[in-house]
Amino acid sequence: MTVTSNRSAPTDAPLGNPAQKRAGNLLKTRELGIVLALAILVAYTAIDNPRFLSGQSIRDNLLNTAILAVMATGQAVVVITRNIDLSVGSVLGLSAFTVATMMSNNQDLPMIVAILAGLAVGAVAGLLNGVLVRYGKVPALVVTLGTLYIYRGITYSWAGGSQVNADELPRHFLTFANDNLLGIPWLVLIALIVVGAGSLMMRNYRVGRELYAMGSSPAAAELAGIKVARNLLGAFVLSGALAGLAGVLYAARFGTVDAAAGNGYELNVVAAVVVGGVAVFGGSGTVWGAALGALLLTVIGSALAVLDINQFWQQAIVGALIILAICADRLVAVRIGRSLRKRDAHV
Amino acid sequence: MSDTRPAWRSRLTGWDTIIAVLTVLVLIIASFSVENFGTSRNFTFMVLDLLPIILIALPMTMIIVTGEIDLSVASTLGLTSSMMGWLWNQGLSIETIIPLCVVIGAICGVVNGFLITGLGLPSLAVTIGTLALYRGLAFVVLGDGAVADFPWNYTGWVTGTIGDGAVPNVLILIVALAVIFGIVQHATPFGRSLYAIGANAQAAHFSGIRVARTKFWLYVVSGAVAGLVGVLWTLRYSSARADNGAGLELAVVAAVLLGGVSIFGGKGSLPGVLAGVVLLTALQNALRLEDVSGQALNIVTGSLLVLSVLLPNITTAVRGNWHRRKLRQAAAR
Amino acid sequence: MAEANARPENRPAQNSQIKNDPTTDHSPGPATNETTQDKAAPPTREKAAQDSAAPDKQAAQEQQDNVAQEKAAPPAPDETTKPASTRPTQATTGTAKRDNKNHEPARLEVRNVSKSFGAVAAVQGVSFPLHPGEAHALVGENGAGKSTIVKMLAGVHRPDTGTLRVDGSDVDFSGPADAKAAGIAVIYQEPTLFPDLSVAENIAMGNQPLTRLRQIDRKQMHANAERLFRRLGVPLDPTRPARGLSIADQQLVEIAKALSAEARVLIMDEPTAALSAVEVERLFAVVRSLRDEGAAIMFISHRFEEITALCQRVTIMRDGRHVATEMVADLSVDDMIRRMVGRDLSALFPKQEVEPGEVVLEVEGLSREGVFRDISFSVRAGEIVALAGLVGAGRSEVMQAVFGVDPYDSGTVKVHGRRLKRNEPRAAMAAGMALVPEDRRQQGLVMDLSIERNVTLPRARKLARLGLLFGGTEREAAETWTRRLQTKLGRLSDAVGTLSGGNQQKVVLAKWLATGPKLLIVDEPTRGIDVGTKAEVHRLMSSLAADGLAVVMVSSELPEVLGMADRIIVLREGRVTAELTRGEATEESVMYAAMGQEVAV
Repeated sequence: MTVTSNRSAPTDAPLGNPAQKRAGNLLKTRELGIVLALAILVAYTAIDNPRFLSGQSIRDNLLNTAILAVMATGQAVVVITRNIDLSVGSVLGLSAFTVATMMSNNQDLPMIVAILAGLAVGAVAGLLNGVLVRYGKVPALVVTLGTLYIYRGITYSWAGGSQVNADELPRHFLTFANDNLLGIPWLVLIALIVVGAGSLMMRNYRVGRELYAMGSSPAAAELAGIKVARNLLGAFVLSGALAGLAGVLYAARFGTVDAAAGNGYELNVVAAVVVGGVAVFGGSGTVWGAALGALLLTVIGSALAVLDINQFWQQAIVGALIILAICADRLVAVRIGRSLRKRDAHV
Repeated sequence: MSDTRPAWRSRLTGWDTIIAVLTVLVLIIASFSVENFGTSRNFTFMVLDLLPIILIALPMTMIIVTGEIDLSVASTLGLTSSMMGWLWNQGLSIETIIPLCVVIGAICGVVNGFLITGLGLPSLAVTIGTLALYRGLAFVVLGDGAVADFPWNYTGWVTGTIGDGAVPNVLILIVALAVIFGIVQHATPFGRSLYAIGANAQAAHFSGIRVARTKFWLYVVSGAVAGLVGVLWTLRYSSARADNGAGLELAVVAAVLLGGVSIFGGKGSLPGVLAGVVLLTALQNALRLEDVSGQALNIVTGSLLVLSVLLPNITTAVRGNWHRRKLRQAAAR
Repeated sequence: MAEANARPENRPAQNSQIKNDPTTDHSPGPATNETTQDKAAPPTREKAAQDSAAPDKQAAQEQQDNVAQEKAAPPAPDETTKPASTRPTQATTGTAKRDNKNHEPARLEVRNVSKSFGAVAAVQGVSFPLHPGEAHALVGENGAGKSTIVKMLAGVHRPDTGTLRVDGSDVDFSGPADAKAAGIAVIYQEPTLFPDLSVAENIAMGNQPLTRLRQIDRKQMHANAERLFRRLGVPLDPTRPARGLSIADQQLVEIAKALSAEARVLIMDEPTAALSAVEVERLFAVVRSLRDEGAAIMFISHRFEEITALCQRVTIMRDGRHVATEMVADLSVDDMIRRMVGRDLSALFPKQEVEPGEVVLEVEGLSREGVFRDISFSVRAGEIVALAGLVGAGRSEVMQAVFGVDPYDSGTVKVHGRRLKRNEPRAAMAAGMALVPEDRRQQGLVMDLSIERNVTLPRARKLARLGLLFGGTEREAAETWTRRLQTKLGRLSDAVGTLSGGNQQKVVLAKWLATGPKLLIVDEPTRGIDVGTKAEVHRLMSSLAADGLAVVMVSSELPEVLGMADRIIVLREGRVTAELTRGEATEESVMYAAMGQEVAV
């Protein structure tokens, strides 16, 4: 009695579908694009000033990238689940001040304790974010915008105007940032481990693929019986913990810590992630892409200095890059959509 | 459930009413318990503190009602403030600079609006991008310096009061704009369309509402108002700086959500938002008088932001549970 | 509450059952027998209720007496008030009953479950079993509560009252994961894939093959997917992303998912809606083999030929209530429809004869790449023109382009000879066009807004005085039209989402009729609304046409098309394949044109 559909759907199409493949490759080349942009930038700057390629300069760039890359790893995981964590800068500040205070009061504590403390502070902060997002059903944007100020406010009301100076901190803590293992600074090594482990988790482990699934289609993830609550809390705890770790690295690298440490970092972290090819709507992008994004942003900053361009351009460039990145994502999506529509056309 | 409750009762238990009552309570308690809170001098200060948040909140309310967001407002404010200082240094007259700055703000809004409605990009990501971009440009224009020598009659008007009484001059501006925005939002076809867009953009489109165009203009207005506030901010502190108003977007969004506007769009009223702004400012003012540091005050702002979305969610959940339990009991009987 | 509600509501059903009995296949003997039993012997009934609740007994006895009574109570009213229809079944299909007693319990049993959302009761006191090795159809009109049942079985919703049992023991699903763990796989009407992930990952999600380091074994995963696709006979590339798959392919991936999970209960919510005949056959072959391997299947479809081809048992629902559960073999299609709808289908289409007036709408050569091509037709005042065709033929898309909510690439749309600006609904509205869209919830109404705001939304500008709107004028306008359409509502300030489907549709109609249109486009005007309202809508359309309104109706229901339209334009794959007058149109001629065979006109 009902008119039924007998539309002959093209079942053979998926196999021979060059448009689809091309679009897929375009997405894959996102990381390649960043590498290319980096190469051009470095080449141009180095021609202008060869010192840009000196060991010290490279080292500085890597050290500066390390902290950002660690945070970008956590942020990438959160953004892949179609959420956002704007509180990371404040978590860094809270963790840095906590650890610095702890180390200045207990000069003999080993470095590992400092790192664990930083991770713990961050994890708790991240847990609160996750609980509010999942169980309070408050959008991540609102939650983390709120906790961005709450965590910063806590640091301020604790620190007041005071700061922990380098001379109050134990030597082993301060030298940690510059010590090497096999010629690689600890800071960089830690960042590499974090980025590597994050990439591995997201690519090769069930939980990683579930996080992608959650961002790709939240409704389908619930229906598929994925433990959405656990995974979401996990993502926020990870992002918080890594921001906490970044706080320890920050304190070790800069030595002087006040309540404003890491103020505004969230912007750079989000920029690194978005520029690195993680789609703001979740479901796609990679952790190592985000790390590359962090590297690109850092190199841009130091290149500006070397090229003698007004330092204040840095932030404007960050903003422009964010917009450029989401425009590029959009362009790819539109192109895929168009090619699909053509494919489905029977007319 | 809500559909069986009489209208007056659902209105009384509505979020904006709760906020209004809370606001009045805070004002009363603070005037009795906080020293200097109730003085006319403090009133003037409070209105001046209120000014930027309340003005930017007016278009922000509309934007959030349509289900979008504009996080770039504070950076737009900073950019116009920078431009104002730079133009003043170039020797332009203040009478030229002020409208020019409002136009600069509007242009910032045009960029946002184009990216969001023209290219169809998500407003959250776009305005986080322009938040960085506009603030960055503000620093490019003025560096970390300041321009301070604005004409006294203008700076004096912003900080001054009517007939040297307690009522600040800017209150006229606030009231005038609030009335205009209130009428537009609540008593015009345009205002009606905002709610339809926020609750169901597709149905709005099917009803002949120009969804993209409406949103575009909201961003332009938001930018223009942020530009105007940039001017007022500069004049109030008699200082054009690139970092003026940094972080103000949080206070504005917090106030709007506190006022009962749903972050998902489609719900909220301007009177509620006005109450939200007053509540937020009064609380901060009272705490500051109690010698709580400015940065620590952000704990209050941040908490209110989260709570304003969390509490209604909790009450719905509790109500739902209660309803379900009642059903179960009825079925068991 | 529930009980009090249930009784009066069920009475008409009982009456209709008695009326229907002679037409059914059962001999009148057992039926009358059963009816008298119903009246005379409550103890027997009680016993029967307890009998069916046997596995419950132990649990019940452990509890206090009154609690036990409470527990046993819910099924009892259900049995007593349930239309007599179930009784003859049990009498005539004794085999089924024996099956229950001798063999294992039902794999999955729905026992007297109810679920409401807010004030709307979606499902009330529904019970039926799913047996292993049996395909069970669930039928009912749109809005009858089928999808709610599916979601309860999937663990998405929790029943407010009643229980679900798997293999004879009560289960309480706290989420989809629990249902999955219990061996229940659900294929939803709209596929639930992850567009960014590969097809193989979509299938394996949750139980991906692992290497020794607990990493995902991609090679194995792809091999598994390939094996499943081979079994299903589809040439899909396991490594491609799910984004961009056709609906049919997505559906097949969903089935592969269920296969890989080795589901013991497979629930399919209209899986065939977008499939071609060949694809349906392939799907059925797979489902049959699953069934014969001992899986319990629940199948929802609007196509009765599919139900008779695949299913052994059928449960019929109407307005959220259980009407009957019977063997498919014992029922004719007509029986099923009658019980679904609750009354005979005749006299639904009161079309008045009208002499058509001047041409109102002229569409010429309208094309949109990949959607429709070279569409031309015209509509006169007083005429009802139907756009018929299969789902996906492009009917709604054509009318949305005509109204301006969708773009088109070339062609013209003229109203009263004046060409309309494309992609501009306001121009269409100004020219006197109104569109009652296909999807009421997404396109027709703003569910969170009040009834009055919804009604006045398209003409807020006209109601404004000096650019300002006052509550009074809006309310007045809304009141006029909702009353004229006899909309049942509480207050005009209530959210429109609180109304029933039929009344929501009336609000959409009120919204557009209030604009005083010359041309009314209605897209699936009676989808998902109850029969009474359906007839009202048809009568309304007829009288509007009689008053000189030009009406274009898009409909998938052939009887509606044949009953209402003066002229029928048939679309197939984006093109007009036939234009039939009322006299020429028959079920066959329309279907032929819709399926691709040209009809000699």
